[in-house]
Amino acid sequence: MNALLVSALWGVIMMFSGVAIKRMNVVRYVAMAGVAILIGLNVAEMKGWHLLAIDTTGMLAFDHYALLFNSTLLLAVFIYLVLSGSAMERIGAHCADYLALLFFIICGLLMVSAFESLLILFLGIEIITIPLYILTGSDKKNLKSNEASLKYFLLGAFSSGILLMGIALIYGARGSFALSGVADTIRVSNSLMLSGMLLLLIAMSFKVSAAPFHFWTPDVYDGAPTVFTSFMATVVKVAVFAAFVRLFDRSFALQINAWQAWVAALAALTLFMGNITAVFQQSVKRMLSYSSIAQAGFMLLAVFAMNTTAKEGLLLYAATYSLATIGIFAVLIRMKDYSFEAFNGLASRYPWVAAALTIFFLSLAGIPLTGGFLAKFYMIKAALEQSVWLVLFSLVMAAVSVFYYFRVIQAMYFKPVGQTDPITFDPGFTRLLIGVAVLLIVLGLFPQLLIGQLYF
Amino acid sequence: MPINYYLFLSLALFTIGMVGVLTRRNAIIIFMCIELMLNAVNLLLVAFSKMHYQAAFEAGQVAGQAGVDGQLFVFFIMVVAAAEVSVGLAIIVMMYRNVHSVDINFLNRLKH
Repeated sequence: MNALLVSALWGVIMMFSGVAIKRMNVVRYVAMAGVAILIGLNVAEMKGWHLLAIDTTGMLAFDHYALLFNSTLLLAVFIYLVLSGSAMERIGAHCADYLALLFFIICGLLMVSAFESLLILFLGIEIITIPLYILTGSDKKNLKSNEASLKYFLLGAFSSGILLMGIALIYGARGSFALSGVADTIRVSNSLMLSGMLLLLIAMSFKVSAAPFHFWTPDVYDGAPTVFTSFMATVVKVAVFAAFVRLFDRSFALQINAWQAWVAALAALTLFMGNITAVFQQSVKRMLSYSSIAQAGFMLLAVFAMNTTAKEGLLLYAATYSLATIGIFAVLIRMKDYSFEAFNGLASRYPWVAAALTIFFLSLAGIPLTGGFLAKFYMIKAALEQSVWLVLFSLVMAAVSVFYYFRVIQAMYFKPVGQTDPITFDPGFTRLLIGVAVLLIVLGLFPQLLIGQLYF
Repeated sequence: MPINYYLFLSLALFTIGMVGVLTRRNAIIIFMCIELMLNAVNLLLVAFSKMHYQAAFEAGQVAGQAGVDGQLFVFFIMVVAAAEVSVGLAIIVMMYRNVHSVDINFLNRLKH
């Protein structure tokens, strides 16, 4: 609750700081300080310290898992702001407004990972997506950005409509919006309940871009300014996944036979579409957006398996996937064009940046010693208890993903430097990037540092 | 009236909205169809709210609070829909300034 209150407040502070402070990098420091305070408050709440005693029974429940998930998300947001925050100044003159919207999105993220009522789920998702429509279209003169924004808006509102219809049907069957009320053990699940559940499944698949509801994702991620793509593809996506798991775990655990096969089909299709289409992309930005669909397929295995291992794994997956993708995007933002050729010979000019990038890609591909490997391992271990075939299929698809991730590594190390315009990385940025890469390796070697926090 | 009538009416409105979103090509009309979907949900929530109140009343419980949360939800949907309208129309206006059209067939720059 601490971080939720302060994140909304800090959004307002950011709006005023745009008026009061003329220098944009100072505004950015205010935002970084805000996220640091949020992390501090969230950790303090894990220790049992509350800013205000507010009773949110039946609406929000900040249990230990939700708080740890939120801390991980906030840490990822902090790293994102430090690595790529400066790129916001290049989009337009309203840097403070973008940061204010960012804080409102954080407010929504903290809500969806701790909701206890379908009302809060709906509000949280809307608080996340409405500012994202604006951020997607923030490059106002760029037609691609406009188009991405309109597409995202129309499909986002459409899927919200489906989500609401699902909630209304469930309310009709159960007479309550609380997750505990929806998971009623006495009443039988009639067709009203089951159709509502199916609509919720479809709507959540839209929001996490699971195939066949993924078609908006590449266009939106490609058209949006790269700084905001980085945010959407990482922090937002994993938070909505946490909501997905929480919803189906808390309220539909009894009907698992009715939805498990559907989720298995969604996961298999998402893995297939994401990985196979990513192979054929010519732009690294677009490849990364298909890769985010493919990684969503892996995270769907957590929804499919729905056991303790899956929840631990989702936490680790959220951390490693977000860190690796934020790191890659931070480098991509500094490039002039996003083709694979732009990475040619990067290793000879910037060996440290190339080394960090290699670790990020290895982690996304799930190569041992990196955090990504253990995250995938946890997902597969969780799903293995339910279905061997789905696990085998996901392993094949993970092997396919190695192909397109290694294309970038190959370009960096084994291709001669092209005639593309020179890129500059300042030493501070390089050190930070190496720090994130080291963090990924540490998570790969000692996952208990993160997961062990769940059991204190 | 039985609850089925309300259910069928709002499902019909919802389907009209959904078909409109999938078939129309004008961004404003698609937007209106989305609003129709949201309002179908509002109607259904109010009907269910009344139904749960009636059920609690007939079961002899103290029916004061039963079904109130359904009506509360409707207010939240209306507020969120209003926020969405303001952002959505701004996006459509931004698009119109650049391409002088609100036809979504123009949305093909991102296809590769």
